[in-house]
Amino acid sequence: MTSATLAGLVGAALVGLGLYGLIANPQPLRKILAFNVMGSGVFLVFGIVARKGAAAGLPSDPVPQAMVITGIVVAFAASALAVALVLRLFEETGRATLSPDAWTKPSGEGAEAE
Amino acid sequence: MTAPSAPLGAIAGGSLLPLAILLPALGALLSLLMGGRRAERIAFLLMPAELAVAAAVAVLVQRSGQPLVYDVAGYAPPLGIALRADGFSAVMLVTAALITPAAGLYARTNFATPGDVEKRAPLAFWTLLQGVQGALSLIFLGGDLFNLYVGLELLTFAAVPLVALDGRPETVAAALRYLLFALFGSVFYLLGSALLFGAYGTLDIALLASRIRAEPAVWLAAGLMTAGLLAKTALFPLHLWLPPAHANAPAAASAVLSGLVVKGSFFLVVRLWFDVLAPLPAVVPGAILAGLGSAAIIFGSALALRQERLKLLVAYSTVAQIGYLFLMFPLGHGPWAADAFAGGVMQALSHAFAKAAMFLSAGLIAESLGHDRIAGLGGAGRAMPVTFLALGLGGLSLMGLPPSGGFAAKWLLMKASIAAGQWVWAAVMAAGGLLAGGYLYRVLAPALSGEIAQLKKAPQRSREGVALALALLAVLLAFAPPSFFSFLQIGRPAASVAFR
Repeated sequence: MTSATLAGLVGAALVGLGLYGLIANPQPLRKILAFNVMGSGVFLVFGIVARKGAAAGLPSDPVPQAMVITGIVVAFAASALAVALVLRLFEETGRATLSPDAWTKPSGEGAEAE
Repeated sequence: MTAPSAPLGAIAGGSLLPLAILLPALGALLSLLMGGRRAERIAFLLMPAELAVAAAVAVLVQRSGQPLVYDVAGYAPPLGIALRADGFSAVMLVTAALITPAAGLYARTNFATPGDVEKRAPLAFWTLLQGVQGALSLIFLGGDLFNLYVGLELLTFAAVPLVALDGRPETVAAALRYLLFALFGSVFYLLGSALLFGAYGTLDIALLASRIRAEPAVWLAAGLMTAGLLAKTALFPLHLWLPPAHANAPAAASAVLSGLVVKGSFFLVVRLWFDVLAPLPAVVPGAILAGLGSAAIIFGSALALRQERLKLLVAYSTVAQIGYLFLMFPLGHGPWAADAFAGGVMQALSHAFAKAAMFLSAGLIAESLGHDRIAGLGGAGRAMPVTFLALGLGGLSLMGLPPSGGFAAKWLLMKASIAAGQWVWAAVMAAGGLLAGGYLYRVLAPALSGEIAQLKKAPQRSREGVALALALLAVLLAFAPPSFFSFLQIGRPAASVAFR
C-alpha cells in the first residue's frame, strides 16, 4: 500500500465518520465538529490530488493546494457562523437544541414582529 | 453599427460580467464600512446599475448569439478562471436583478434607515441583500466548478443570517438547521470537485465537458455533487430545513430566499448535468432526480394542504414547486430536449416571480391582520383586495393555469414528457396542479367571502404595488415570444440538441 492510497483511505474514513456524526448527533456543537471532520477528510483528498498532479516536475501541483486553502477559510467562516448561531440560541433559550418544538410555533402570532 | 462584429462585441460585453459580481460586492462592503444609516441608500443607488448591467449582458448575448466569455486577469483556462454568460445565465441574472430591488422596496418599511439610534437589523438586511445578489451573479456567471463552490458558500453565508434577522429563538434555530444542511451540501460538492480535478486536472466547465468520460470516478463525483446541491436546493427528502426557515424569516427575506436563493443551487445542478456531464448517458440519474421531484410535488403539496399558517403554506408550496424543476432532467436527450430545458427554466423564472409575490403578499396580510392563521382569514380579501389579487395571480402560476409562466412551464414539460413516452411525469404534474388548486382554495375561498375583515392597519399602496408587479411579471411570462426560447438555447452544448 502506497502512502497516497493510505491517505486516500484515511480521507474517505474521515468523511464517513464526519457524515455519521453530522446526521446522528443531536447536539448542534457536535454537528459543527463533525462537519469539520468531514472537511478535513476532503482536504486530505485534495492533498493526494496535488501529489498525483506533480508530473510537471514540481514537488506538488499548486492548484489543489490553493483550493485547500480557500476551502479551509470557507470552512472556518462557516464554523464561526454556526457557532455564533448556537451561542445566540443558547442566550435566548438557555439551551442549544434543534428539537422541533423550539422552532415551530403552532400559531402565527408575532410572525411578522420586528 | 449593424455590421456583424461578434468578436469585438464579445470582448466589449465580457468586461460587463465581472461588473455584475463586483457591483453588489462593492455595495455590501461599502454598507459595512459606512454603517446602517447609509446602507439603504447604497443599496438603492447600486440596484438600478446592477439591473442595467444584467439587461446589457442579456442584450449582448442575444445580439452575438453566443455566450459572453471573460477570462479573469486575462488568463484563459486551464491556467485562469473564466466567467461565462449563456442564455440561461442571462435570464437568471435579470430575474435576480428584478426581484432583489422589489424585495428591497417592500422592506423599506421594515428595515427603514434608523433616525438617531443605530440599529443592527437594517444594516444587516441591506448588506445581506447585496451579498445574496453578488453571490447569485457569481453562480450564474462562474465557469469553473471551484469558483462556483465559492459562490455557493457566499450565497449560504448571505442567506442564512437573513432567516435569523429578528433574533427570535425559532428563527435562530431555523437558520442553524438551514446552515447545517447547507454545510453538508458544500462538503459533498467540494469532495466531488476534488475527485473531478484528480481525474481530469481542471475544473473549467467547458474543458471538463470535452474531456469527461463515463468512468467510476466521474459517477461518484457527480453523485456527491448532486447530493450536496440537492440539500441546498431543498429537494425532497432533503427539504426539512426549508419550511421553518422560509416561513419564519421576514417577508422580504422570504421572497428572496424562496424566489432566488434555492434557484442558485438548482442552477448548478443544471450546469452539472446539462453542461459538465452532457456527453454522459444520463437516463437513470435523470429518472432518479425526476422521481425525487415527483415525490416533492406530491408531499410538498399535501403538506401545504395541512398547514395552519399562511407563510408555512407558501413555504411548503415552495417544496412542491422545486419538484417541478427536476422533471427536466430525464428529458435532456432527444428531439424534446429543447422543450424540456425551456420548461425547466420557465418554471424557475415563473416560480421566482410568483413566489416572491406570494411571500410579500403573505407578509402584508400578516402585518395588516396581526396574524397569518388561515382560519382567521375570513373576509380579508375584501378588506385588502390588491394584496389578495397578487396572492391569487401568484397562485395561478403555481397551479399552472393559463395565462401564466407556470402554465407555459408545465405545458412545455408535459409536452416533452409525452413526446419522450415518459407519461408518469405528466401525470405527476397534473396531480400537482390539482393539489396546488386545493391549497390555494383553502386560502382564497374564505378570504373572498363573508363579512369584511377588520384590519389593524391598512397595507401601504406602494408595497401592495410591488407584490402585484411581481405577480404580473409571473403572468406576463406566459406571453414570452418564440425568440425568448431560442435565446434560452444560446450556449447549450451540441449534445443536448444533437438528436434534433
